[in-house]
Amino acid sequence: MIRLKAAVARLLGRLIRLTGKGGGTTLPGRMLLKLDPNAVDKLGARLSGGSTLISATNGKTTTASMLAVILEGAGRIPVHNRSGSNMNWGVATALLEQSGEEGLFEVDEAWLAETAARLDPHTIFLGNLFRDQLDRYGETETLADAWLDLARERSGSTEFVLNADDPLVADIGRASGPGTTYYGIEDRSPAVPELQHASDAKNCRVCGAELTYERAYVGHLGHYHCPSCGMERPKPEVSAHDVALDGMTGLSARIETPEGPVVLDLPLPGLYNLYNALGAIATARVLGIDPEAAVESLTSMKAVFGRVERIQIDQTELSILLIKNPAGANEVLRTLALERDPVDLWIGLNDRIADGRDVSWIWDADFEELGDRVRSVVCTGTRASEMALRLKYADWPAERITVVEKLDRSLERALEPGPGRLFALPTYTALLELRQLLAERHDADRYWQV
Amino acid sequence: MRLRLLSLYPDQMNIYADRGNLTFIRKRCEWRGIGFELTSCGLGEEFDPGGHDLIYMGGGQDRDQKAVAGDLVRVKRGQMFTARDDGAVILAVCGGYQLLGRSYQLEGERIEGLGLAGLETVRESGPRLIGPVAITVDLDGTERTLAGFENHGGRTYLDTGCEPLGRVRSGHGNNGRDGLEGVHDRNLFGTYLHGPLLPKNAWLADHLIGLALEHHHGGPVELEPLPDELESAAHQSALRAAEAG
Repeated sequence: MIRLKAAVARLLGRLIRLTGKGGGTTLPGRMLLKLDPNAVDKLGARLSGGSTLISATNGKTTTASMLAVILEGAGRIPVHNRSGSNMNWGVATALLEQSGEEGLFEVDEAWLAETAARLDPHTIFLGNLFRDQLDRYGETETLADAWLDLARERSGSTEFVLNADDPLVADIGRASGPGTTYYGIEDRSPAVPELQHASDAKNCRVCGAELTYERAYVGHLGHYHCPSCGMERPKPEVSAHDVALDGMTGLSARIETPEGPVVLDLPLPGLYNLYNALGAIATARVLGIDPEAAVESLTSMKAVFGRVERIQIDQTELSILLIKNPAGANEVLRTLALERDPVDLWIGLNDRIADGRDVSWIWDADFEELGDRVRSVVCTGTRASEMALRLKYADWPAERITVVEKLDRSLERALEPGPGRLFALPTYTALLELRQLLAERHDADRYWQV
Repeated sequence: MRLRLLSLYPDQMNIYADRGNLTFIRKRCEWRGIGFELTSCGLGEEFDPGGHDLIYMGGGQDRDQKAVAGDLVRVKRGQMFTARDDGAVILAVCGGYQLLGRSYQLEGERIEGLGLAGLETVRESGPRLIGPVAITVDLDGTERTLAGFENHGGRTYLDTGCEPLGRVRSGHGNNGRDGLEGVHDRNLFGTYLHGPLLPKNAWLADHLIGLALEHHHGGPVELEPLPDELESAAHQSALRAAEAG
């Protein structure tokens, strides 16, 4: 029966794409789940190589794409929800439309338990937990509790790959059992001495006492211990040393692994992408791929959709960097501040369900860091004026801020300053709209792949 | 002129970008040439109840809010009452608002609060109250609007005779039942509206700045108007979001 239902849903997907109305990245899956609510279980059970799940607040699409590149480099083509649609229907759509022997799925943090119950994965990667869309996810500690329960349940049947530098995630090792791998940054030079003001992990998950941080790299990711109960950051098997950041261009580091050191030259910027790469290398090891081979594939990878993507429009090079929560936005701002020349910006703030209806988070992001480096900024999206207001109170010069609420008119305005580099910072649905706009006006490749 | 702001538990009670409220007040003071002094007071610390004109407390995660409740009762209750009786302006948002009451409920447990306002927060069956919200407020004979975002599991009920901050136009308010939102008693303001509250409602920020300066300088203060085009547009945008539901 599942074959027939799958065929119907697949046909529907083709029809949607033929009409040119969006990517159809989730509709076939939604349709299939209506026909058979257990479709993910049934289609997933056919993957002879089993499944790997990837979850995190920030970086799951990038990490999963890195892992896909590594698997492909090893001649293994995974079934992968590469468009970033990461709830049940996105997974269902990928299973429906792709064939392969193993599954690689990024999964929404709140959907992880359900997807794991359906797919019985042999490997789960957990990258980080930051405050994000509090209206939808609730508190980070609540998610951490749910992940801990999941690890307890799956201990023995799933290998976990955990970020040693995130105390909320590393703590899951308490429950996930002996088959757990940790990764983290060991180099002390790129760290900041203090936690950011709105840190999401101040307390020990074991005893509740306040953690002591020796250093922090990205938000609350860093080196910590509990002075009260003695809980310590686990020693990572896969770790980064001698980190060198090269602005928006990329980064390099020496990666220590049980198989020996490898040098990583990554064409993606920022410490957050170093974490994504470390996670992908550590997960690839669990999947039987040597770190050296993994690094070789990563070095050649192109930027992943939406995370850092460059498009030429006349004399302007447009780079797109997704922003969706304070921790992620801060890393983007920190990386942009490394640019030598003043920057032109386009910021798209939407408040649709997939963005989070609550836009408070823009006041937790450190836009102050960039004010004196900005030549012009266009704010757009459903909450454009609130974005502009945030920038005014971050001391960005008022005469350089323009509000163009209609997103389809905003891009032309952002291109007005003339030749140079333009950085687009959209929330998730603003990113989809921007891509659609670019596809219509500038013939950019459509992002969905099937 | 000088405004002395006390931020209570900034490390714990900051979940809905509460920093935005403080930034907003600071900049609006700076632009008017009003001196701005920010003091933080955390767990285990006391403060001088006569040394601050505006006291701010935001919202936090459950674990943090519980620790803060205990600390408020043990360490700061007397100072909070003295400051309130002395006319200091108090603004408490979300979790901070719940802590003004006699108690709030966390899972099965009833946790003692400050008792600075006649209200109590309980749990009821049903989902968290989440979404954009708009309320009608009358502080000085003029009806005005506050727009923001609410996200709370607790349901707050005011004692008879205790005045709300406003009446719900759209959204849930204190408990989703009685159409009331927040609490207002002289210079004490409590509300579930974040977003953050003040950047979306510049008029309230200026109202509070005015009251705080009066408290400090002992007489009415005329605030210099600021060019507020973006502030008005942001207010309208938050209001539209609330009206769209």
